[in-house]
Amino acid sequence: MPGILEIKNIRCGYEGKTIVDDFSLSIRDTTLNCLLGPSGCGKTTVLRAIAGFEPVLKGEIILDGRVISSKTVQVQPEQRGIGMVFQDYALFPHLSVGENVTFGLRKQSSSQQRKVAQEMLELVGLEDCMNRYPHELSGGQQQRIAVARALAPEPPLLLMDEPFSNLDVDLRERLVLDVREILRQRQTTTLFVTHDQNEAFVIGEHVAVMDDGRILQWDLPYNLYHEPANRFVADFIGQGRLIEGVLTSHESVETSLGMLAGNRSYEWPAGTRVDVLLRPDDVLLDVEEGVDCLITDRHFKGAQIMYTLRTPGGDELLSLVPSHLDINTGQKVKVGVDAEHLVVFRQ
Amino acid sequence: MPANKITIWKIITIMLALIVVLPLMVVFSGWLQTENMVWDHLAKTVLGDLLANTAWLLLGVGIGVTVLGVGLAWLTTMCEFPGRRFFDWALMLPLAVPAYVMAFVVLGLMDFTGPVQTTLRETFGRGGYWFPEVRSTGGVILVMAMVLYPYVYMLARSSFLTQGNSTVEAARSLGLSAWGAFFRISVPTARPAIVAGLSLALMETLADFGTVAIFNYDTFTTAIYKAWFGLFNLQAASQLASFLLVLAVIALTAERNLRGRAKYHEATRTTRVYRYRLVGWRQWAVLSIASLVLTLAFVLPVIQLASWAWTVLQEDLNSRYWGLLWHTLMLGCMAAILTVAGAITLAFTRRTHDDMAVRSSVNIATLGYALPGSVLAVGIMLTFTSMDNVLVTLLTLVGIEVSGQFLTGTVFALIVAYMVRFLAVAYGPIDSGLGRIRASLAEAARGLGATAAVTMWKIYMPLLRPGLFTAGLLVLVDVMKEMPATMLLRPFGWDTLAVRIYEMTSEGEWERAALPAITLILVGLIPVMVLVRRSAKH
Repeated sequence: MPGILEIKNIRCGYEGKTIVDDFSLSIRDTTLNCLLGPSGCGKTTVLRAIAGFEPVLKGEIILDGRVISSKTVQVQPEQRGIGMVFQDYALFPHLSVGENVTFGLRKQSSSQQRKVAQEMLELVGLEDCMNRYPHELSGGQQQRIAVARALAPEPPLLLMDEPFSNLDVDLRERLVLDVREILRQRQTTTLFVTHDQNEAFVIGEHVAVMDDGRILQWDLPYNLYHEPANRFVADFIGQGRLIEGVLTSHESVETSLGMLAGNRSYEWPAGTRVDVLLRPDDVLLDVEEGVDCLITDRHFKGAQIMYTLRTPGGDELLSLVPSHLDINTGQKVKVGVDAEHLVVFRQ
Repeated sequence: MPANKITIWKIITIMLALIVVLPLMVVFSGWLQTENMVWDHLAKTVLGDLLANTAWLLLGVGIGVTVLGVGLAWLTTMCEFPGRRFFDWALMLPLAVPAYVMAFVVLGLMDFTGPVQTTLRETFGRGGYWFPEVRSTGGVILVMAMVLYPYVYMLARSSFLTQGNSTVEAARSLGLSAWGAFFRISVPTARPAIVAGLSLALMETLADFGTVAIFNYDTFTTAIYKAWFGLFNLQAASQLASFLLVLAVIALTAERNLRGRAKYHEATRTTRVYRYRLVGWRQWAVLSIASLVLTLAFVLPVIQLASWAWTVLQEDLNSRYWGLLWHTLMLGCMAAILTVAGAITLAFTRRTHDDMAVRSSVNIATLGYALPGSVLAVGIMLTFTSMDNVLVTLLTLVGIEVSGQFLTGTVFALIVAYMVRFLAVAYGPIDSGLGRIRASLAEAARGLGATAAVTMWKIYMPLLRPGLFTAGLLVLVDVMKEMPATMLLRPFGWDTLAVRIYEMTSEGEWERAALPAITLILVGLIPVMVLVRRSAKH
């Protein structure tokens, strides 16, 4: 089944500088999707190309079966009907909150507009703010209004460009959950852009990790974490360390922590030098049989403690354990590995 | 702030308002003395024409500067076309051309004996061509719009830049076309800036004497002049002047009230500006429009002036000329320093004491810009004369025999006139600069043990420096171009370039007016270039 949004091999940029090349993505109806990548990776350019603010030099973008962008076609942004939420909110400073929210409903009757505005403001929990002006609101309230404004015309697709990056951490976490709830409830197909993986994992049912104008992996958050397709994804997503090893068979690796094996097998011949990805939750401490490692650092996080360890071979490891296992730095501890998903990269 | 500081700030502010108010009261006192014969005569004969002429002029110039200023600002900030970076700053250059200089250049070029019509006559023969009347309403409006549009351009430009374009894009994603977004989002958001620029341009129009005098276009300023020098009737002149003042006050109050509740906070995080990339005929059309405006408003006049100046250079480039230049610069600098100091006081007091007395004092003190130079000059002269008289009487009472003038006919009187006239010019940038400094900065400094004075000196002044600099430069340029007040108040031997230009143009000697005119433009270019560089960093 083709998705509501189909991006096929697009290229964006201007003379002499290609920002995005050969980029493809398919988004299904009523799903929440996320483009995740470091700043400058081209994720915002993709979003702007979908919205119609950035021309496409090659390939095409299809919304609901209709080509909206290609080398020859460029449907004006206002004729696409795609909702957008901006990083700086982009509320109209000279209009009241109510006027902002109904801005996309100009063709409807004023009583209908009022009804929708009321409904949208209730949805985002700001029903008292109808007649106030944007500058009278806090950053978080402004962002809610921006979401309400984008959702009011019931767009077939909602684009969000780093919508929470200007908010402080507490507020951001709460608002991300609220917005996810709203989007799910209204079954709005969403493409969300961020550089923050926590946001991406909370909102995105599917997440595309991007770098340098390309998608490196398009997967479920769980898989991105446990089965990264390449070093970049492994490094960008979650925490963890790579330790050196040598393949002894297709499924097992000899490392300074002993022989490791998981549920994945690799095609390279035995004897190949590799790096093994060990997540903090793969590394167990204080086990019966293990390798003695030195604790070099300890970071108390409440329910858990993150330990940094050094193996006899000199590799560094991270280990996240429940905080009742309390060991001081400078002490040695027996370390074991329980990696169900053994992720290995060739050196 | 300690209580005694409050009073000092407040007293200075109220005094500044008084310095503005006293000449105004002198002007209005014309109504107290009954010179009804002249007044009735004026009312029956010229008043209707004057009102109509002034209204047409304001309307025409207002529309002209708004369309030119906003349109060009939007094109250079929001569109990408060949030469955009050049026009971005070059379009501010006409700010250096005084309106009366533009006026006499246009007349010299387009008049019956000018090169344009002469060429047409030689080609088509006498009567074989149609040519619009240059000395007409349209002509005056065009000349003034050409030199006054940079006020709107500069303010609108910086507003468009700080807006960024995410609001425009938001509007378009909500179904508005590019034009719709321009009119419904960009322009309303920039409205305070546009209206501020427009009101500057209109006040300049109301106060203008040189241009309308050269074009023989009767407005209140020329009528005041004629009443004063032709009829030697002080009261009629003051009555006419008070009319003018009422118009200016209406414009100003309207502007200040229009802002209303929708305060436009500048976006603290300006996002990248994504410009419309113009292609095909559009980019050439935009390039042509920008080139045409720049050519007509700056390049052509400068070339014509240069060629005229060249013909008289041998004769006129003498010590007399250097003396004129020196006086002009001296007056400009002194006035700039005094005016900026006054404007800082107003802006600070306005912020630290939000009471009725201070608010109205500030409103009054920034009214002088709307006061025509000639009227202001008369008001100040009369005020200072009576102050001199009081001083002489007092000194005589204590036994000191003095005769004559302490204030009247001194450079000080002229500088005060300049300050009264240009306080609003300096107040604008300083007030908006101050508006950008959050109160928490001062509170932080006070919390770290700095006194009010130290806070002012170490926190506000460095942060305000761009605003102070802009304010000083604007005043300098304006003072150098100022004509009527200078002519009336200059002490003996303090002729300026502007005075020289008036003397020469009133005799139709365009060539001999060209050298001081081009000097005025060149010197005026320096601050404009600094403004340009500053805005480039924006």
